[in-house]
Amino acid sequence: MKQKIRIAAGQGFWGDLPDAPVRQVEGGPIDYLMLDYLAEVTMSIMQKQKARDPGAGYAKDFVPLMRRILPACIERGIKVTANAGGVNVRGCADAVIGVARELGLGGKVRIGIVTGDDIMSRIDDLLSRGVQLRNMDTGEPLSTVRDKIQSANAYLGAWPIVEALNQGAQIVITGRATDTGLTLAPMIHEFGWSNDDWNRLAAGTIAGHIIECGAQVSGGNCQYEWRSIPNLADVGFPIVEAAPDGTFVVTKHERTGGWIIIPSVKEQLVYEMGDPREYITPDCVADFTTINLEYEGRDRVRVFGIEGRPATEFLKVSISYSAGFKAVGTLVYAWPDAYDKAQAADRILRRRLDRLGLKFDQVLTEFVGVNATHGPLAGPPHTDIPEVQLRVGVRGQDRGAIERFTKEIAPLILTGPPAVTGFAGGRPKVEEIVAYWPALIPKEEITPVVEVLNT
Amino acid sequence: MKVQLTRLAHARSGDKGDTANVGLIALEDKFYPILVREVTAERVKQHFKGICLGEVERFELPNLGALNFLLHESLGGGGTLSLMTDAQGKTFSTALLRMEIEITDQESSEFNL
Repeated sequence: MKQKIRIAAGQGFWGDLPDAPVRQVEGGPIDYLMLDYLAEVTMSIMQKQKARDPGAGYAKDFVPLMRRILPACIERGIKVTANAGGVNVRGCADAVIGVARELGLGGKVRIGIVTGDDIMSRIDDLLSRGVQLRNMDTGEPLSTVRDKIQSANAYLGAWPIVEALNQGAQIVITGRATDTGLTLAPMIHEFGWSNDDWNRLAAGTIAGHIIECGAQVSGGNCQYEWRSIPNLADVGFPIVEAAPDGTFVVTKHERTGGWIIIPSVKEQLVYEMGDPREYITPDCVADFTTINLEYEGRDRVRVFGIEGRPATEFLKVSISYSAGFKAVGTLVYAWPDAYDKAQAADRILRRRLDRLGLKFDQVLTEFVGVNATHGPLAGPPHTDIPEVQLRVGVRGQDRGAIERFTKEIAPLILTGPPAVTGFAGGRPKVEEIVAYWPALIPKEEITPVVEVLNT
Repeated sequence: MKVQLTRLAHARSGDKGDTANVGLIALEDKFYPILVREVTAERVKQHFKGICLGEVERFELPNLGALNFLLHESLGGGGTLSLMTDAQGKTFSTALLRMEIEITDQESSEFNL
């Protein structure tokens, strides 16, 4: 058994720095590359793409990335865990197999795929058997949005990925898998942790939480002494050095920018946290109040003492549904009296919208430069404020009403208060709203499927 | 005397649906008891008046010198439903750091605040 493995995070979200995974592979020794592609609404976007093209529906960026790094991964034995498969895991795997063959690497790498998370076709069956899939936030039953559902996926944890690794997969591609599972699975696979070793499973889960947002732990978005953070232009993405006993060190490659310090690790630990004693994943319940941090050198923070508890009997399900339309329009007003002018323009716009008899579920006005981030906490603006951006958003069920709204913004330039600009981008775009419905499903309803494919 | 929280803590915030979370971290371990005493759920609810329309929950992480706050009904519906510039609650962190809290004269001189 290895006494240490190095797991590197290559993407904090779908759309993160494109070269980050390449730099993780080329910048120094790693054993695993972990890539998280799926935000909550990503699955619905992929579902739509697949409806138009049966070959689509996965994180397209993953394929050219594999083209760049696969030779180095094979040469150095680096394994990859990625939830890039979206709603078409097999399509994603086929594309990677194609790349491997084109590179003359056919037969040299095996691709593991994890499916079984997609329950879209089973919704009616589940509802008819009394699995209500109530909204975890509002308590509403799923039947209230049944005809608007666009995707439905259970979050799978680490174990199916472990199974794929155990069967010899070097690249593991999943659909809706937890980001923490992508990091925990290599530890279970390498160190042989058992499925009731709750403290170690919790440790691996927290390691996953620490690196799942990429550079947000290594200097990105770091409030602590932010002016002192070295060379963010070259920021190093995080690496976990894990040991068989469940302790680990958070670090990054040498000669990269950013920093790994206790305050930056703390900031990431509290990010998107609920009850710190109850961080629930498919694999365990991790207790964030048991985490200990200490320095083990420059850009090295050791994490130890973590305790966990048994996993729950449920998996989280992420369901996306169509929830109407929205649009946001902006204009910029200049000194003098910039804020007064922007407020006057908002009153004129609302009067016109009223007169048109348009129905919206919500109209929201913000004044960027005055109150868009901190609201009333920001206090009144400086009377001499050089400019203010008027930002008006509308949301509703009637696409026509939202379309009409988008035609009322530009006319304010010639028919409203003076010293106004900032309409170069054309009319605001009408967006369909795909909303997120979190629910729980009993674990026995979900059967993960693991296959290992030759290239 | 009053001091602004930004002198005692740093923070990071994020979202879960329509709930914003703010993790408030003591800049030095010795400030943590002051945060526990002064930055109560009630005070945070009051601070975010007009922004947080629901309950505020507070959790303690003495091991990290941190408090975690959940601000329910704060993000205009949350996620893709929200029309807010900050639909993900990313700037609630520094909004909390605007808070003025009360410290004793002894704390002021001892901690040079």
